[in-house]
Amino acid sequence: MNTATPSLLRMPLARLAHARSGDKADWVDFGLFAWNEDGYRIMEREVTADKVQAHFAPWLPGKVQAWALPNILAMKFVLEGALQGGGARNLRLDNLGKAMGAALLRMDIEVSAQEWQQAQKSPRRGWWPEPLSPRA
Amino acid sequence: MTHAIRIGSGLGFYGDNWEPVVASIERGQVQFIASDHLAELTLAILQKDRQRDPALGYARDVVPMLLRLWPLMQPRGVRFVCNAGGLNPMGAALAVRSALAGAGWHPRIAVVSGDDVLPLLQEAGTRFDHMMNGADVSSVRERLVFGNAYLGAQPIVDALGQGADIVITGRVADAALFLGPLVHGLGWKLGDASTPEDFNRLAQGLAVGHLLECSGQGSGGNFGSQGNWQAIPDLAHIGYPIAEVQADGSAILTKAPDTGGLVNFDTVRQQLLYEVHNPHAYLSPDVALDMGQIALTDEDHHRVRLTGAQGARPGDQLKVVAGFKDGFKAEVSWGFSWPDAWDKVQAAEATIRSQLKERKLPFDELFVEYPGLNSAHGPLAKLPPAAELNERAEIWVRMALRTQVKAAADGFGRLFPWMALSGPAYTCGFQGMNSSSELLGIWPTLIPRHRVQARLEILEPST
Repeated sequence: MNTATPSLLRMPLARLAHARSGDKADWVDFGLFAWNEDGYRIMEREVTADKVQAHFAPWLPGKVQAWALPNILAMKFVLEGALQGGGARNLRLDNLGKAMGAALLRMDIEVSAQEWQQAQKSPRRGWWPEPLSPRA
Repeated sequence: MTHAIRIGSGLGFYGDNWEPVVASIERGQVQFIASDHLAELTLAILQKDRQRDPALGYARDVVPMLLRLWPLMQPRGVRFVCNAGGLNPMGAALAVRSALAGAGWHPRIAVVSGDDVLPLLQEAGTRFDHMMNGADVSSVRERLVFGNAYLGAQPIVDALGQGADIVITGRVADAALFLGPLVHGLGWKLGDASTPEDFNRLAQGLAVGHLLECSGQGSGGNFGSQGNWQAIPDLAHIGYPIAEVQADGSAILTKAPDTGGLVNFDTVRQQLLYEVHNPHAYLSPDVALDMGQIALTDEDHHRVRLTGAQGARPGDQLKVVAGFKDGFKAEVSWGFSWPDAWDKVQAAEATIRSQLKERKLPFDELFVEYPGLNSAHGPLAKLPPAAELNERAEIWVRMALRTQVKAAADGFGRLFPWMALSGPAYTCGFQGMNSSSELLGIWPTLIPRHRVQARLEILEPST
């Protein structure tokens, strides 16, 4: 009998993906992008509409919609009721939610050591100039 | 016509930098530049301009922009399309014509209008429900100050067909600024599109327009990531994105040689999904785009192939963005230094709340945030314990008031200055004594297409 459970790592989503946020009226939308296929499989499991809603709930308890775009290793999320009624009346410094893409990347995900190793090893699909970032 | 069209990105918002467009014109072999000056909020800003001076109400940066770029575009036969007309396209066109004439240039300028639907929104009895929350427009009807339908690419195609060098529009769908030149240059069917091939070509064109409408965001700018944006070269000299589109709709995203930035799978897909909601129904007046089958492939350095956009016939309603008077705002920010910085900030905030009460200043909301601690991420950025915050070198506080009463907003900043001599010690950087401004709420809604009539006028060149 194998009782060993794979060791789980907890990490911010920023380690796995990149993101951009934008606004329309009172909704903030997020594009979320895994660097490669292995990362996408983790992302699709770990970053569901329910989990994103729970992540933002202490701040913005609005409804979350989600779509998957496997062709481009991406997911799309829309958070409703995110801008105090809209950018033109929002009293926050970040009235358009431009920094909220980073707030999504703060979300914790859980990955097994093995799948994390695999996601790190897999090549990126996009071409990047050398040298890659010091922190990548 | 079977040759490819190369089209370059102009500005991505009112206030953006046009210097990168020079490289696209000089070295990017573009035939068209299309420039998006209007975000959802921009019309609210332009409305305030127009209130002060009815000759304004357009994005004024188009004048210095064209004074810089037109002398480079004209000798190369590059044509220019923009929505800088805002709420006053004719005003923008007259200002551009006069400025260019003063410098000895006499381009043929087309003006696209007809997007103003405010009178229709103001008619009692018609329904213009809020697109997102379903509310009835009657709750804001008396307070509406502008209402503009998003026009499609057809009037731009017509303007280019009539030989316009410069096309200045009001509110058109951002991506239509790019779709118009593609339809014109590649001979695509638009109003008479009927087959899946027709709509898929338009969908490719719409996706291209969407990738180009935010200037540097399509070529490595504002690349949201941890530890990767640093690898994007020379953002200070970024090349704005350029698309090379074939008659069959296949497209390459690229940028001018010897410019900064990065056009690759990652930077292009970040822009592809930007401000998109349902990616299977990205709606425009010209075509409904499904991004589900889109593929992006790096063919070479800074060359990304876009394929697979799927199009369908657009709906019979156009989107409208309207703005209504929504009260007033005032904001103050202030720095408090060690020692006890956090306690002092809390004391100042409590004092202001009690003063608002004592003086019976009416308000809807007092919003408080601490720049440097939680302005970007609210409660998701957990504050350290008070004892730790009290040891910080400084804590900044920003208080913003929303009220329906102008006098309350005007008086808000005046609640603070006495504390400089009679409040807690060691403060700096007070701002906001006279910071009140009017707020405009945005009302997105839909209007039947047949109620909106685009208008095209060609200006006689001034002599």
